[in-house]
Amino acid sequence: MSTVVSAPTPPRRSILEPSRGVRARKARNLVATVLIAVCLAIATVPLVLVMVFVVGKGGSVFGWDFLSSDIPVFDRLSGGGMGPAVVGTLVITGTATLMSVPLGILGGIYLNEYGGTRTLARVVRFMAEVMTGVPSVVMGLFIYTVWVLHFKEQTGFAGALALGALMLPIVIRTTDEILRLVPNELREGSFALGSRKVRTIRTVVLPHAMPGIVSGSLLAVARAAGETAPLLFTIGITSKPNWNPFSGTNTTLSAQIFRNAASPFPAALERGYGAALALVLLVFLFTALARVVTAIYSRRASAA
Amino acid sequence: MATTTDTLPVDPLPAGRPRRLSEGARPPGSITDRLFRWLALLAGLLVLAILALIAISTTGKALPWFRDQGLFHAVFADDWDPAKGHLGAGALLYGTLLVGVIAMVFAVPISVGIALFVTEVCPRFARRPIIYVIDLLAAIPSVVFGLWMLNSFSQPTLRDAYNWISDATSGVPILKDLTASPAQNGLSYMTAGLVVGVMVTPIVTSLVREVFATCPPAQKEAALALGATRWEMIRGAVFPHSRSGIVAASMIGLGRALGETIAVALVVGGSPNLSEKLFGSGQTMAGIIPNEFGEASGTHRAALIGLGVVLFVVTIAVGMVARAVVAHADRRKGIR
Repeated sequence: MSTVVSAPTPPRRSILEPSRGVRARKARNLVATVLIAVCLAIATVPLVLVMVFVVGKGGSVFGWDFLSSDIPVFDRLSGGGMGPAVVGTLVITGTATLMSVPLGILGGIYLNEYGGTRTLARVVRFMAEVMTGVPSVVMGLFIYTVWVLHFKEQTGFAGALALGALMLPIVIRTTDEILRLVPNELREGSFALGSRKVRTIRTVVLPHAMPGIVSGSLLAVARAAGETAPLLFTIGITSKPNWNPFSGTNTTLSAQIFRNAASPFPAALERGYGAALALVLLVFLFTALARVVTAIYSRRASAA
Repeated sequence: MATTTDTLPVDPLPAGRPRRLSEGARPPGSITDRLFRWLALLAGLLVLAILALIAISTTGKALPWFRDQGLFHAVFADDWDPAKGHLGAGALLYGTLLVGVIAMVFAVPISVGIALFVTEVCPRFARRPIIYVIDLLAAIPSVVFGLWMLNSFSQPTLRDAYNWISDATSGVPILKDLTASPAQNGLSYMTAGLVVGVMVTPIVTSLVREVFATCPPAQKEAALALGATRWEMIRGAVFPHSRSGIVAASMIGLGRALGETIAVALVVGGSPNLSEKLFGSGQTMAGIIPNEFGEASGTHRAALIGLGVVLFVVTIAVGMVARAVVAHADRRKGIR
């Protein structure tokens, strides 16, 4: 090829010789490649800035005391911590998980194992996808109207209901998609051995799909733990830890960040930064756990 | 006739259901089977029930607003002033759309770029780490983005940038109007749009990435075999295949952008304003809910719930259209 290219100016130009057109095309290709790479670089800028900001500002107050002390009753007081918010985040997100993950897995099992391509299953699948796009603030207003107004009390459980409604379609969709990856031969083998459907699902399908479902659920938990909007009207506020989701108002890290974000008091702002660091750590922990589960799963799958 | 019946000794049929092999007992597991099936079905139907309940309950509580102002006036009139009982959400609608559009203008090209980088440009071993990094961006809570933009050096930097752009374009006919009078503190539609753009980028990226991944390798290889450069291959093989998918991904992203609440509430400036442009202080339908819900009562509170209803309807509609686009494209590909 190089001999053709470097041939001394033939009367008719060879198509392999880099003409001006080819050079322009290569230049355009280079520019496009660089632009594509720049897109990635641009997207990482806010990630780095936010991380530096959260760690830099929140790091100074962060510590065990911060995570366990009560929130000062007056915003201007310095010291104190975010203990009640940590408790609230764990209790409310945990309650939401206990409600939405089992129901979501059941729903996903319905979609893939029973519904299949039936009209009803198609409608449910479509609406679950659409429901993942419903703004979280709408979930908050929804629980406010049907629960808080009815029982006249803001509780952690009301917040958990809102978060659960947010998580449910995510878990359903993940479960449905993971179950679709389970090879049909496994089910048929189980049926051939005389197992009923429930037994097949319990002993063959679910164990095979479990890592994917766990990973998807962890991501849903991570998303719910960071939500603020559904909690603002449902859980109220408190400055003492409240482990009981069913009575009394509660608070979460996200709600405290929102409350303190524009505070004129440096101490309150400081606590907001610390809460942001705690929340980001918590959310990243769940995201990383999901990755670990997926990684173990895919290694096992590739080994098999 | 009567004799034949007498000669044939037939057991009288049991009054209830017919006998089974197992002497009336159901085969083991059949009850659990049926029970589980119903449970699963109920869990599936829960999605439809919740969506219906959201629509009914929130609309019910928002009725005073619609009745008080009239449906059209409530949604489109530009006179949000709760103290005087004026609750027209026109400026909020404008702000929501403006923030959504700004977010998409930034997020869609960047998402397409990242998706291309992951699927076509970068070496295979780098794919997963890049995807993880982009997903980390999605994991950062909305409220943390708001806190960051409100209190970091980014905000004054943006303010200076707005002022500079505003000055630089003061002579250009149309741009001049768009960039006029930047907000003093830098909190504006543009700031909110940028933050929301960052937040929807991971979602759009992962959707677009899936679309690109379905592009048939044969077509890409054919383009390369004809001597196309990578960019020409992308333009000639990947983009035509993915057009509807990119549109759908953008719409799903737009749905998220329109409903984004907490970050917008913190950085958009806080005043519903139809006259302000890109760099002006404003407010959106979602953003105003947490800001005013606490002190609202009566029709004002109904109006805030009503804004939720409008958001719900808009995002459901956008989501449905987007999913329909995907389904349509899938079906077309299936036939081919």
